Amino acid sequence: MTTLQNTARRFNQGWTPARTTAAIILLAVAVGFLPFVKMGLVVNGVFLGAIIALGAVGLTLIYGILNFANIAHGDSMTLGAYIALFFVGYLLPKIGIESAGLGPFSFGYPLLIALPISVAAVAAGTIILDIAIYRRLRQRGVNAVVLAMTSLGLAIAIRGLIQIIWTGETQRFPRESRQVFHLPMDVRIPPDAILIAVVTIVLVVAVYVVLTHTKMGKAMRATADNPDLALVSGIDTRRVIWWTWAIGAVLAATAGILLAVFQAQLLPSMGWRFLIPLFAAVILGGIGNPYGALVGAFLIGITSEVSTQWINPSYKPAVAFAIMIGMLLVRPRGIFGGPRN
Amino acid sequence: MTLLEASDVVAGYGLTEILHGVSITVDQGEVVTIIGPNGCGKSTLMKAIVGLVRVRTGSVTFQGADISSHPPERIVRTGLCYVPQSNNVFPSLTIRENLEMGAFVREDGYDGRIEEMFELFPDLAAHPGQKGGSLSGGQRQMLAIARALMLDPVLLLLDEPSAGLSPAMMNIVFDRIRQINQSGVALLLVEQNARDALRMSDRGYILVAGEKRLEDTGKDLLSNPEVASLYLGG
Repeated sequence: MTTLQNTARRFNQGWTPARTTAAIILLAVAVGFLPFVKMGLVVNGVFLGAIIALGAVGLTLIYGILNFANIAHGDSMTLGAYIALFFVGYLLPKIGIESAGLGPFSFGYPLLIALPISVAAVAAGTIILDIAIYRRLRQRGVNAVVLAMTSLGLAIAIRGLIQIIWTGETQRFPRESRQVFHLPMDVRIPPDAILIAVVTIVLVVAVYVVLTHTKMGKAMRATADNPDLALVSGIDTRRVIWWTWAIGAVLAATAGILLAVFQAQLLPSMGWRFLIPLFAAVILGGIGNPYGALVGAFLIGITSEVSTQWINPSYKPAVAFAIMIGMLLVRPRGIFGGPRN
Repeated sequence: MTLLEASDVVAGYGLTEILHGVSITVDQGEVVTIIGPNGCGKSTLMKAIVGLVRVRTGSVTFQGADISSHPPERIVRTGLCYVPQSNNVFPSLTIRENLEMGAFVREDGYDGRIEEMFELFPDLAAHPGQKGGSLSGGQRQMLAIARALMLDPVLLLLDEPSAGLSPAMMNIVFDRIRQINQSGVALLLVEQNARDALRMSDRGYILVAGEKRLEDTGKDLLSNPEVASLYLGG
């Protein structure tokens, strides 16, 4: 109860979208102009941050409303990418839709068809899992640890299923190599990154509009604030929970597909490995605060990319992990979180 | 006509039983107050009526229908609305959004109802975009009552509406409550400030240790010397 109320207070700490955007831009510029930092890495970090942001906003919404850490969130990302692979690599070619290298992009237009379908499939899947598993557990009144452990089990199950169907081998969306854009200051942008930027901006704006301008979005914020008061106000919290799962899944599956495009490969463990940056972003922004998660995501993305200038790139997750631990020690309620109560 | 009838309600949390068979009634248009020492189960009784706490045995009927096993979001649809004692507004939502959430189950337009609430509580009308969490105690209480009124309830349950308010603010809140009752809404009140509450009540109940000790008209409870010395602070 008190956790939820604290979450509620964190949910909206006066971080308006304008201030959030300004903070992200300032941050990128500030870091970029540090003379000893390679601008190219900062730009990479922004794109990585965008993918982290999509995952982290959903994760923090689920935490705020369902009050548990959804460990299966990374595997929802993976699932989205593999379902898209099923379409662009198997089903669509069967009916003659096969293409790669759309304009400057490495992928073909079939991916743009597969993206919404795959994302909808993952959303439907999470709602089915809620009805089949999570709802029963909630009705029994289990605590957050049991729910988190359940999601850990589901994470392993989803990954196992993916390995059975698609094997553990590295897979690829059909692609054609493309020239990267060369910008000043030795910045190189792969054209695919434009897709990441556009999709992230569209989805983040969409989530903001839903949360602040629709009845269901307001009901989601109300439920995060105070679930009992939401119930006695007549809010159908069951539907609120389904919408939360759906929004979280749409963001996660999209993030998974974008990650597969960005890294030019799919692996069954890709989403699972992404969990640490996701949680680091959520904690940095204050658990339950979607605007905070957005800022946290770019901070984590840029920091871990820039760190590769001095540290072996395979330690990137460790950088995110270190930031997360440091944050929990110093400011457990996030960068924008006020003092404890 | 009896609006609400709770009979032999047994309820509690986990292994603890708080209410050991409490029966109360509220008639159409009435003001009924429950008083009693801390921890006697007043709030639990309210939560059991609105469905937040499960009724273990006994029953709650509202307008003739048994609602004892209904979930809260179904009970509010029947016109029984509730204002909890604390945490009774959504802190991250604006005043207007709080009122919209109060009207969540309404399918019709409710802008007119919001305007009525702003007329009843002019303090809220000044800054409809202000966050619930940034309001003063009195404003918060008014927002909480306004939120519960958004559904045009037949019966309003108010848990300690004057808790934590200054005496001046307390008078304003009591005035508004009286005004709400005069518009035809029946009220069931739980109040620390028993004297003021009983003065405006048709009837009252005294609850002690999860059992009903006494019931009488508001006037007679006030003039009962035993009640005065035990529950009204002399």
